[in-house]
Amino acid sequence: MKKVLILSGKGGTGKTTVAAAFISIEKARAFADCDVDAPNLHLVTARLPEPEIFDYYGMGVAVVDPDLCIGCGLCAESCRFFAISMNADSVAVVDAPACEGCGLCERLCPVGAIKTEENVAGRRMLYTITGEPNKDGVSSKGRKTVFSTAELRMGSGTTGKLVSEVKTALYDHADKDVPIAIVDGSPGIGCPVIASITGTDLVLLVAEPSVSGISDMKRIVETARFFDPQIAVCVNKADTNEGKTAEIIGFCAEENLPFLGRIPFDSHVTAATNAGSSIDRIDCPAATAIRSIYNRVREMVLEYPSAAEDK
Amino acid sequence: MKIAVLSGKAGTGKTLLSVNLAYVAKEATYVDCDVEEPNGHLYFKGSEDAKRTTVSRKFPVIDDGKCTSCRVCVDFCRFNALAMAGETVTLFDNVCHSCGGCAILCPSGAISEEDRSIGEVSDYRVGSVRVLSGKMNTGEAFGIPIIRTLFSRIDPSDGTVVVDCPPGSSCAVMESIRDADVCVLVAEPTIFGSHNLDMVARLAKLFDKQIGVVLNKYEEGRENPSEHYCEENGLPVFEKIPFDKDLGMHHSEARIAAQEEKRYAELFSGILGKANKAASGGVS
Repeated sequence: MKKVLILSGKGGTGKTTVAAAFISIEKARAFADCDVDAPNLHLVTARLPEPEIFDYYGMGVAVVDPDLCIGCGLCAESCRFFAISMNADSVAVVDAPACEGCGLCERLCPVGAIKTEENVAGRRMLYTITGEPNKDGVSSKGRKTVFSTAELRMGSGTTGKLVSEVKTALYDHADKDVPIAIVDGSPGIGCPVIASITGTDLVLLVAEPSVSGISDMKRIVETARFFDPQIAVCVNKADTNEGKTAEIIGFCAEENLPFLGRIPFDSHVTAATNAGSSIDRIDCPAATAIRSIYNRVREMVLEYPSAAEDK
Repeated sequence: MKIAVLSGKAGTGKTLLSVNLAYVAKEATYVDCDVEEPNGHLYFKGSEDAKRTTVSRKFPVIDDGKCTSCRVCVDFCRFNALAMAGETVTLFDNVCHSCGGCAILCPSGAISEEDRSIGEVSDYRVGSVRVLSGKMNTGEAFGIPIIRTLFSRIDPSDGTVVVDCPPGSSCAVMESIRDADVCVLVAEPTIFGSHNLDMVARLAKLFDKQIGVVLNKYEEGRENPSEHYCEENGLPVFEKIPFDKDLGMHHSEARIAAQEEKRYAELFSGILGKANKAASGGVS
């Protein structure tokens, strides 16, 4: 199974629109949403059945037993995350959202007053679609289609771990003969993005033609290159700033990054999104452009030797 | 007054609103907390001459000569950042959270810690606006120490503080809104926008913050799921920023719209006024 990941660095450039269209064009039988901070792919994926839902446990959170606490302050002094302070009564108090669950306070407490307790930090969803294909192309030929996604609880950390679980669930449950899995990534260049890139065969960057968009694209290219997938670029809303689109195409040429095409600004996209549909099902300029880009993605990823199996 | 500008979804217009609010506030500090993809410095030009400070965090260094392969550190590390490779301990620095536990617990003193740069903070002035901008090194996983450094530099005597938050509702966002007087949520007119507005509105409520929404890319007469959300949930709408090619082009070219045209200065001054009122406890 080849793995195609859609990223952008900057948010709001059209990752999910492109990913949903790719899924529909490929009639993908394996896909995932790794933007666990703000997942949206399920909103434009037609006719999903009820998912299997799993609690996601974060790293745990420190809990103090105030009756046992002797007020020595060792925990507060040692916490690198400023998650424990001593209150007016000299009792340790945990700021749960700041706690990263390292367990050091529990280990150091001389009277055993602190326990690192399991905390539900989000939920992971696995949709399995079997049976006849529906007319939206979500399932294909009666075989199994798997969609893996998750939602982090507000303000929880450890997004990378949840992203890894989403990917593992996808690869474990998808049929082995699936040619291409499509994964929608998250914005930025940090923890969840890095977790999503590992084991990916091809990263498609959806760039935005603006000064900010170009700055952000360069940083995600640098980040992706730590992991050695194939990297390709397309521009969304290309005609909103032709000068900057030309600059992106020039950058790709300099950096030897395949430039796969330009998607025009198209008001059908907002309308399709709000109807909960992929743009691919509408005959419009953006859909035509995305189809042509996907053909090139497909060629690139199928020709290339597979990335190491993700574990 | 401290205004946190946030949105669950990325690319809705946080930076557009933040740089323009700071500009019209005159005496202001603009804080760019989107340390993974900072853009504010592209609008407030002059970052080349900024005072820069490196932000580091501590990573363990294992002295193989002193290590007795007792596994105390490996067994302690809940992030699986330390593993035994044969007789020696190997660090996977990408998953290390710098808790410092391994160095404290090692019974043979084989683990020390060294500071390693994870990014930098720039501090400079453009006119009467002080700009504080954080930038994480590419390849790093966690930017929170950079956000903490940014906040430690804020001086309330520098006027209105406008915090341009990272996208999402993760730990980095919470860190950014912790001390805010008012949260301004920027939403775009799609179901993605309203879905993510819901997430971030709940987060702001969790912290018991004053809230106002700015509907971006607003088109009269077109369906706007984010507007519906505000109506249904009783969230005050501070302003509707129209879908406007001129505004879009200023922003795309990294120009501060309020500086370019009076009509935009008025638009953003209006939003600032409502944020001020909400922050002082008034109902908008």
